[in-house]
Amino acid sequence: MSAVKLVAVFVENKPGQTARITKTLADAGVNIRWVTIASSGPFGVMKFLVDKCDPALEALKEKGPAVHFLDVLAVEVKDKPGALHAVAETLGSHGVNVDNVSGFVANKRAVLVLETHDIPKARAVLEKQGLRVLTQEEMLNL
Amino acid sequence: MHRRCPHLLGRLFVWIAGGFGRKLPANPQTIVSMFWDQQIETMGRSALEQLQVKRLQATVRRVAKSVPFYQQKFAERGLKPGDLKSLEDLRRLPFTANADLRATYPKGLVAVPAEELARLHTSSGTTGKPKALFFSRKDVDNAAELIARCFVMTGCTRDDIFQNMMTYGLFTGALVMHYGAEKVGCLVIPAGPGNSEKQLLLMQDFRSTVLHITPSYALYFATYLESRGINPRKDLAIRKAFIGAEPYTEETRRKIEKALGVDVYNSYGLSEMNGPGVAFECEHKRGMHLWEDHYIAEIIDPQTSEPLPDGKRGELVLTTLCREAMPILRYRTRDITSVIAEPCPCGRTHRRLNRITGRSDDMLIVRGVNIYPQQIEQVLMAVPQVGRNYLIVLDGLDDMTVKVELAESGFDGRVEHLVGLQTEIVNRLRAEILTKPKVELVPPGTLPVSEGKAKRVVDNRRL
Ligand SMILES: [Zn+2]
Repeated sequence: MSAVKLVAVFVENKPGQTARITKTLADAGVNIRWVTIASSGPFGVMKFLVDKCDPALEALKEKGPAVHFLDVLAVEVKDKPGALHAVAETLGSHGVNVDNVSGFVANKRAVLVLETHDIPKARAVLEKQGLRVLTQEEMLNL
Repeated sequence: MHRRCPHLLGRLFVWIAGGFGRKLPANPQTIVSMFWDQQIETMGRSALEQLQVKRLQATVRRVAKSVPFYQQKFAERGLKPGDLKSLEDLRRLPFTANADLRATYPKGLVAVPAEELARLHTSSGTTGKPKALFFSRKDVDNAAELIARCFVMTGCTRDDIFQNMMTYGLFTGALVMHYGAEKVGCLVIPAGPGNSEKQLLLMQDFRSTVLHITPSYALYFATYLESRGINPRKDLAIRKAFIGAEPYTEETRRKIEKALGVDVYNSYGLSEMNGPGVAFECEHKRGMHLWEDHYIAEIIDPQTSEPLPDGKRGELVLTTLCREAMPILRYRTRDITSVIAEPCPCGRTHRRLNRITGRSDDMLIVRGVNIYPQQIEQVLMAVPQVGRNYLIVLDGLDDMTVKVELAESGFDGRVEHLVGLQTEIVNRLRAEILTKPKVELVPPGTLPVSEGKAKRVVDNRRL
């Protein structure tokens, strides 16, 4: 069972960048299932969950920007107050640092996407708490 | 030719060491404390400075007598040759600028009768008139003498086979090194540049051990060897390379050393001062010994022309001490470096120059601090995640932003790594240029590609 693979793109923080990247993906016939953008001053990193990872990476590379796969953990939580807090506390108490977190609700299922340097440990901790860690296929079929 | 006794001893030493050269392993230990002219190269500082004063006084007397350019400059300052009593008085002498040499083309600043002239070299700049540089017979011999010191300093002996891959002609570089190598007693192969197939054949057939080559040709030649399936370490005898004629970075030196399996020694020279051999690295490769019995080096602030203390970075100013045909006083080299005054473990007392880090023409002043773009380049190129392009943008009142292209391989998808890298670059730059710039990481291929001489600075300041 592998972690969920995102396509991360390094972009300048200026108008038109998102449009440029998404057009490249659309032209390559890649379907974006989920996106998050983390920006820091002059630059940002766009992270996509796509149906076809390798073609997406190739298409973007051809256009020039720096791209890289990024493994993240997708964990399903109850769609109710305190769910995020419970996950954060569990990870924190086991010494797992989370670098970035984002979440969404699809078809009444709440999913947290976690970026951490220690994916195996995070997964073990969360599964021990009875939380379900989703595979790439499960994420794409939500 | 007159040879001083100690000089002969120095030379004898080389012959003895060289005589066993072929049987000795190429072990750097064996080259320690080898001298061409031990007496001069290791002479005490005060004796060396006395020698400088004596030679400077003689030089000043000669130009005051026979070079109209200096006669006029001295007159403007009310300066008499006899006023020069110590090295401190050097600062009273006029500067000689690049433009002064151009303005006197084609006659040059000649101090001897025409029949004493033995050689003409010219130096062509990118703009305007060239410079005419004249040598007497003795000047040519002196230039070779200094190169001989340099060769021996890096461990060369008469057993070496020197393949000179530089352009022979009006350019001083190839000829001066040629004569110096002959003086040491090397077998000299005047190959000239280009024709890699022929170069390789010479290296294979005559087992060349030392190359003189430009950095760009060295890198090209390395790829040529690779394409021919030649492993220079196994298949060739090359051990050292003297790289010249074009500026190159420390990174390029390492690249050449690795690709060709040679030791590369940094050197400093300019055609106005005989070409190569003004300063050269010894086996310790920590700064280049400047031959202070032939040149006086000063470091000045290029803006104010005030002298700077040892260790401070500024413009190198050189005065010739032994030149007959064309002595030059306080030549503004426009090269930026600093002097290392600490003694070198090799035992030579001649002070060292640090690597040239730029041209004074390129200097920027940001918040009162003198900054050379090459300093910034050096810092950036030492960071593995950084690509090849960068841009220095000056704007606002006095703000500096360095835009840095990330290398393709420098991105792992994590924004926090980029933030960390940006901070690291800021800190490294701050340590080098003593002011805190803004750093912006940009994706590869974002910055304009610089053509030829890189245009790396955009100054939008309204000062
Ligand atoms: Zn030394």
